[in-house]
Amino acid sequence: MSPDSISALRLSLQVAVAATALNALVGIPIAYALARRRFRGRSLVDLLVTLPLILPPTVVGYYLIVLLGRRGVLGAPLYQLTGWTVAFTWYAAVIAATVMALPLLVRTVRAAIESVDRDLERAAYTLGRSELRTVLEVTLPLARNGILAGLVLAFARALGEFGATLMLAGNIPGRTATVPLSIYTAVQTGERAEALGLVAVLTALSCLVLIAANRLGARAA
Amino acid sequence: MRLDVHDLAFGYPGKEVGQGVTFALAGGEVLCLLGPNGGGKTTLFKTVLRLLAPRRGRVSVDGAPITDWSRLRLARVFGYVPQAQLGVFPFTVVETVLMGRTAHIGPFATPSRGDRAIAQEMLAVLGIGHLAARPYTEISGGERQLTLIARALAQQPAILVMDEPTASLDFGNQVRVLAEIEQLARRGIAVMLSTHDPDHAFLCAHRVALLHHGRLARLGPPGEVITRESLREVYGVEVTVTEVTGADGRVAHVCVPTLGPLERGILPRHPGHPS
Repeated sequence: MSPDSISALRLSLQVAVAATALNALVGIPIAYALARRRFRGRSLVDLLVTLPLILPPTVVGYYLIVLLGRRGVLGAPLYQLTGWTVAFTWYAAVIAATVMALPLLVRTVRAAIESVDRDLERAAYTLGRSELRTVLEVTLPLARNGILAGLVLAFARALGEFGATLMLAGNIPGRTATVPLSIYTAVQTGERAEALGLVAVLTALSCLVLIAANRLGARAA
Repeated sequence: MRLDVHDLAFGYPGKEVGQGVTFALAGGEVLCLLGPNGGGKTTLFKTVLRLLAPRRGRVSVDGAPITDWSRLRLARVFGYVPQAQLGVFPFTVVETVLMGRTAHIGPFATPSRGDRAIAQEMLAVLGIGHLAARPYTEISGGERQLTLIARALAQQPAILVMDEPTASLDFGNQVRVLAEIEQLARRGIAVMLSTHDPDHAFLCAHRVALLHHGRLARLGPPGEVITRESLREVYGVEVTVTEVTGADGRVAHVCVPTLGPLERGILPRHPGHPS
């Protein structure tokens, strides 16, 4: 494999791992809130989190540019303050992959949390455990299988993200060209062998992730 | 400590179960909640314990509303004995009781020798010390009920809320639990329990609340609340309330239901009450 392919592979793994971690950090609290809390704007949060599943990735990417681009709603003040912009960096690829993977994680984890018997949480409350500690010690451990499944789905989705990444991060070899983008470039430029190599690696990687997930699921159950 | 429930409306999101419930409960007092299935007893308890948000009204302890209390603070005041259910996890009986110490253990500490001693002592008080090492999932329903009572006692609460603590017990254990409730009240604990047996209310309660269709139909001393008329109104059955003098000279009240003429069978041939 060419050095470009290897750097694409390293970048893809980096992005997918970072996006999965961000998903866990952001997505699990959102999933818990949607499953267990009644709050103002709940259906709006539900809608916003689910939208990337329905919208074309390029549309999500466009919204991300509007939000985070150099002249974006959040991007402009950031640029003025620091002279730095997130667009066309490695971070942009992470953000795009995170947003695109979020609905899969939130929906899976939410269903897992909803299936936890509320009386077990109430038992913890009556014994004096705060909501946060009950979540950490009762709810999440009981929802473990669903959370693992959600994280695997999120990882797989992040690994394969194409459209939104292209919009926000571009396709810069060595910096933002992840494996899916490199495959596209290789095909466009007629480098069939290069494309085939990356396709094979991505396929193998996806299979490995699925097998690992199934094993984890079997052991947890 | 004094518990005040004022004009409480309770239920689930989108469904009101009861309303207008007002009562007070002082330390050393036993309040018994009677009422038919589905009358709202468990929902009322869960609302008092803040497991459900009140729809209207207020619950306060010593005059202070408990609305913004932390779970820890609540658990140091309220002990809860839920209706005994099949266990989910095979914790041993003594481990289950030890969980009652949660509110008294520091955030990252483990139970101390003192906590273990309290757990063992509560098992002994309820006469189930021999079950200590048995898994909670493998003991009988009555033993589970006693374990949950021991857990609530290990919590050392000022107010004890018990949801049908005698429901799954045999006759001997029913009497033991009622005697224990009397002892707890003597030690100054405020006890609130629900039961399906008016005789139990007569035996242990200072006051009885009759919960019917989510409202307090009556509230007062057992002799005034548990009457032929009130039981007919709430349960739709005929009873005779009578006095019995026990072997110790104490006068007890008992309810004897009237089953109707024998030839009627289980299902009445004619609607209405026998004349």
